[in-house]
Amino acid sequence: MSEPIVQIRNLTLALPRGADRPHAVEDLSLDLMPGKILCVVGESGSGKSMSAYALTGLLPRALRVAGGEIRFEGRDLLRLDERTWRDLRGRRIAMIFQEPMTALNPVMRIGDQIAEMFEAHDLLTPKERRARAVALAGEVGLPNPEQIVRSYPHQLSGGQRQRAMIAMALALEPAVLVADEPTTALDVTTQAQILTLIRDLQTRRNMAVLFITHDFGVVADIADHVAVLQRGRLVESGPAEAVLRRPQAAYTKALLAAVPSLTPPERAPITEAPVALTVTGLAKTYATGGGLFGKPRVVAAVKEVGFDLRRGETLGLVGESGSGKSTTARLAIRLIEPDHGTVRLGSLDFTALGPTALRDERRRIQMIFQDPFASLNPRRTVEQIIAGGPIAHGTPARQARARARELLALVGLPQTAAERYPNAFSGGQRQRIGIARALAMEPDVLVADEAVSALDVSVQAQVLALLEDLKARLGIAMLFITHDLRVAAAICDRIAVMHRGTIVETNRTAALFRAPEHPYTRSLLAAVPGASFTESA
Amino acid sequence: MTVRPASPPLGTPAPAETVLPETVLPPSRSPAAIALRRGLSHGGFLIGAGLVGLIVLVALAAPLVAPHDPYAQDVSRRLIPPIWHAKGTAEHWLGTDKLGRDYLSRLIYGSQISLLIGVSAALISGVIGTTLGVLAGYYGGRVDAVVSYVVTTRLALPVVLVALAMASLVGGSLKVVVLVLGFLLWDRFAVVTRAATRQVRAQDFVAAAKASGFGAGRILGQEILPNILNALIVVATLEMAHAILLEAALSFLGLGVQPPLPSWGLMIAEGKPYMFFQPWVITIPGIALVVLVLGINLLGDGVRDITAPEGRT
Repeated sequence: MSEPIVQIRNLTLALPRGADRPHAVEDLSLDLMPGKILCVVGESGSGKSMSAYALTGLLPRALRVAGGEIRFEGRDLLRLDERTWRDLRGRRIAMIFQEPMTALNPVMRIGDQIAEMFEAHDLLTPKERRARAVALAGEVGLPNPEQIVRSYPHQLSGGQRQRAMIAMALALEPAVLVADEPTTALDVTTQAQILTLIRDLQTRRNMAVLFITHDFGVVADIADHVAVLQRGRLVESGPAEAVLRRPQAAYTKALLAAVPSLTPPERAPITEAPVALTVTGLAKTYATGGGLFGKPRVVAAVKEVGFDLRRGETLGLVGESGSGKSTTARLAIRLIEPDHGTVRLGSLDFTALGPTALRDERRRIQMIFQDPFASLNPRRTVEQIIAGGPIAHGTPARQARARARELLALVGLPQTAAERYPNAFSGGQRQRIGIARALAMEPDVLVADEAVSALDVSVQAQVLALLEDLKARLGIAMLFITHDLRVAAAICDRIAVMHRGTIVETNRTAALFRAPEHPYTRSLLAAVPGASFTESA
Repeated sequence: MTVRPASPPLGTPAPAETVLPETVLPPSRSPAAIALRRGLSHGGFLIGAGLVGLIVLVALAAPLVAPHDPYAQDVSRRLIPPIWHAKGTAEHWLGTDKLGRDYLSRLIYGSQISLLIGVSAALISGVIGTTLGVLAGYYGGRVDAVVSYVVTTRLALPVVLVALAMASLVGGSLKVVVLVLGFLLWDRFAVVTRAATRQVRAQDFVAAAKASGFGAGRILGQEILPNILNALIVVATLEMAHAILLEAALSFLGLGVQPPLPSWGLMIAEGKPYMFFQPWVITIPGIALVVLVLGINLLGDGVRDITAPEGRT
């Protein structure tokens, strides 16, 4: 076996005083092998990104190196000065980031940004730099390299931007590539392509890759070695196959168990219960730009969408970004007004209501939001947040507050939560408060818009279990919007797949996963990371 | 109100496995308590609050602290220098003015006028500007276009010139100064609250309130206003300082507060002929003005810092 190219030994990074723990990373030792991909996995706050930053000398100022060393080509990276780092970064160690839109300079052409890598290190002539930029663009699979190097970042799609970032990182043929969640912001089909690209380039160039991710599916697809971090400590490491199939640490086992399976359980069809929500011919177009004289650009976000939903049933609305699934959710609860189409709640035509009647009837359809931090008013206590809706509808304050406390128990939070402000809670706890707020209105229909997407996988499993349990006990109909097919498989009775504003396929969950009919559904299913690993697990 | 169906059964709490490890809550403080705790370790905030607090106390307790009647003239004791001067007397710590009135007493009563003008002008302009800004930010579209037009129009008016013209047309008095400044200084309130409201309106908790059937009034009052209060307080302090300085300028030019009221600006104006030989008649009210405005600005900057977004606890 060959020598490791990077050796991280007993790395300890101290957090500033007053943080929730003394060290971001504690006593971490890892080896990076040439030509291998090491995946560092962990939930948010595990210190995985900080270890990547330490390896590229980009640690935030607040963090202090409290011990250990990182050996690379005979040097200790933790003791380099800024000049040496500038020379090393890009040339020997390169990095790609999570969000390709913010990591690229929006006013500079793609080709110039790639060429800048050579310029920063005083390599080649301007003409050679341009030629190399075109060659690199071709190598990372950007279409029409000669033309695309002349475009600006906003003219590229998310996947193309990430390819451009990779081209920049590869420009100087580094020995080590550090990738910090490079596919997290991408749609699942694009993610699959980028993962293949990274794998390809890494074998072709014999690079060592440190790949940071929170997604075990991605790990299964790409890793040679895996290191699992929990609260800054290494809990388990080893060859990917061993860690994924025969995890030793209890934490790794729990994490793997929390990943929803791609073989959904067979669920009994719900045909008896009364229909709670009927959506027919819903459409919404947006006009943007245009200004005083220009012609506005018209985008059809939702085109003729229709479905129905029975009490006690969960319908998944699945699609990639821009497919119109969130717009459909907001149309259904009339946060935005449709161009045409109707939403019926039971026998009530929800779309025909005037402003006053609408305010009365709104309680019947409630929403759970994606971002647990933006969806709770930071200036109100949890009790005020939960009881506010019923009080606005005329419930006596005392009764509403008593009910708020019952709901806290129902969503698994202690009574003491009532007097606190949202800042005291973690993401998962906030999502429980959001669910309690929605339930306080005693709705017939619950719309969950990416309600677990911002949560870590273990917390996600808990919130999904809670939603499932509530739905069963309260007989609520649930419209569940998600981009994540694993989550959809775990909770939905039926799934509707959305693509470019229309529903292309609707079927019972198990049947849809077993025999997808529409080609788009098939490509979505094929792109889910780690399919083989969970199928056989 | 509609007839609501019976509550769904709630009896037992959620099954144990969904209450898993997250139920241990850290100690929680209200946003106000967090701000106060930060404030106690913020130097500028403490100095500003100290200065402003001191001046407010003095203004409130003026009849108790002032050694003399600020209007009592005594021509036989004109222009006595302050106590640290060779010719100073312990009876008039800060000396007397050209009419023999006790300067310290006038300074103390003058703080009432400065604060009165600062607070009431900021209050009037705050109400006007916040109303316009919040409506523009919340409703957007046509409302926003109209408000933006009004704001632009207001910004095209030179404040000092308009204030001078109004005061000379109607005649200067305390009431006129307060009204003129109140109706002129609302632009920054409108601009800042409009931007802040737009930001808050885009948050999901506002959508949640709408989905709960809250009316516009409740959304503005409960969801939007409390979340733009920080920005409002900062603007209010800036405009208070601005109004106090403008009052001094107007009074100095004889178009503001009229004698014999003891306004600081008026005191400077009245001391003008004596500034070369009795400079204290100008420096004393001048320093008072600087200290008050500095204090208010430090306080405003402090409020801005200590109420900055969460995550710095």
